[in-house]
Amino acid sequence: MNPPALFSRRDFLAATAAAAAATATRARGAAAAAPAAGLVDTHVYLGRWPFRRAPLDEPAALVAKLRAHGVTAAWAASLDALLHKDIAGLNARLAEECARHGAGLLVPVAALNPSLLGWERELRRCASEHRMRAVRLHPNYHRYTLADPLAARVLGLAAELGLLVQIPLLMEDERTIHPLVNVPPVNAAPLADLLKKIPALRVQLLNAHRTLRGAPLLSLAAQGVHFDLSNLEGVEGVTHLLSQLPVQRLCFGSYAPVFYFEAAMLKLKESVLDDATLAAVRSANAHRLLARA
Amino acid sequence: MTIWDLHCHLSGIAGATPEARLGNLLAIADRMGIERLCVYMGMTWAHDPSPEKMRQENDDVLRAIAKFPDRAFGFVYLNPKHTAASLAELERCVAQGPMVGVKLWVAQRCSAAELDPIIRRAAELKAVIFQHTFYKLTGNLPGESTPEDFVALASRHPTVPLICGHTGADWERGIQAIRHVGTAHADLAGCDPVAGYAEMAVRELGAGRVIFGSDAPGRSFSSQLAKVHGAAIPDSAKRLILSENLKRLLLPILTAKGIRV
Ligand SMILES: [Zn+2]
Repeated sequence: MNPPALFSRRDFLAATAAAAAATATRARGAAAAAPAAGLVDTHVYLGRWPFRRAPLDEPAALVAKLRAHGVTAAWAASLDALLHKDIAGLNARLAEECARHGAGLLVPVAALNPSLLGWERELRRCASEHRMRAVRLHPNYHRYTLADPLAARVLGLAAELGLLVQIPLLMEDERTIHPLVNVPPVNAAPLADLLKKIPALRVQLLNAHRTLRGAPLLSLAAQGVHFDLSNLEGVEGVTHLLSQLPVQRLCFGSYAPVFYFEAAMLKLKESVLDDATLAAVRSANAHRLLARA
Repeated sequence: MTIWDLHCHLSGIAGATPEARLGNLLAIADRMGIERLCVYMGMTWAHDPSPEKMRQENDDVLRAIAKFPDRAFGFVYLNPKHTAASLAELERCVAQGPMVGVKLWVAQRCSAAELDPIIRRAAELKAVIFQHTFYKLTGNLPGESTPEDFVALASRHPTVPLICGHTGADWERGIQAIRHVGTAHADLAGCDPVAGYAEMAVRELGAGRVIFGSDAPGRSFSSQLAKVHGAAIPDSAKRLILSENLKRLLLPILTAKGIRV
């Protein structure tokens, strides 16, 4: 299918030599900063993908898969949030399911649709009653952009409540998306301004690597934005990405159960990564990110 | 489990020469437990290659596989619009050369009659035939086939096994399109590792008609292997998909060429 490489070959070759030394330095720094144990999957979902059953879309099945691969924490949001209107109901259900399955493995991530009235109260309730520490936004499914004033209010409140904001830039390949829900990928560029205006804001972009690459990705990273590796493509994708992206900015994330969990896991083997880099990507960066939020 | 990869290219990996690129790709394949790679085109991409460009692409692959005869199989890249030149390339690279398969991409929709002499000659040579297909909501290229084009071709050559590249990418529809054609095989390569893909292919086609491919280096081996390693299917089905089906398709031409595997 000939997907474009992550960076152009010229970019890659130019960056590689300069980055090699820097990567080693960064990796040492990351190791010193954080505990290495564990595997944190920053990107899983409960609920149902609207367009097909996924083999692991029951919480017990997902938990069994995650446990079998050594996952120690999984940040779980609700797929139902894409199209449902009763957000309070699904947040309560998510909190309950995360408590019931996995003995603490699943960390609930709030749903929010700010096009529905009462969203502010709902987000406050997620933080205070459900004790959620992150919110996952789907602006393209909820019909706003990050340039809208509404987005500034949402991100401002999330920062005030100390919530990490996760934003998947897309949920599926635009070439094979369902024609009735043909939403565009989220444009992340307005985040640059929002991060300046809201200093306490912490953001992780998920499923970012198909539409956000090179300089725009790196400048957001320089402002503190984190990423996951769920839709990172190309052979040795992690090595290529980390030849430019500071290792502190990359977290493990699988997008299970929509994607096969094993894809993310195998990426850590396909790229040759030293212990410090592995520790940073597997868990240390995620622990630090959620602790700060 | 033995793993053979149906679908690799020479683009998207470091290396000044075709053999350097294939060498680098094989080093990564080693880490992922992949024993053999089928390789076609890609030093530079050409959607609608001239006869000269076609020969150049195939020369690149010949050069690469000559360095790694025990690890890589070559597929000859053909453009049916240049039918005579394609038939000549088939003779040069497969009949007289070491290649064992045919790659057809996006120059011309595969329902076109121009493909018929190519398919007939490739079948005589026992070459494995791979046809790219895609259902693109954003619009196919003018010469880009859908699985329906593929089925039209397969119906005109009912005794020839054919591989439906990417299974149309919109794989639920692709699987449905080729289900009733017993000679049609599904290539798992090149799309996102969406859970359920391999399960549905095995359920609807049978594990004997599903073949692992990666579309590396543009795709990661990891995302593509996950479709099989992560699927809720029996180990016997995984073995068929990861190597045994491809071996079965290749066996006649490997035997004819005296290539032992
Ligand atoms: Zn390909």
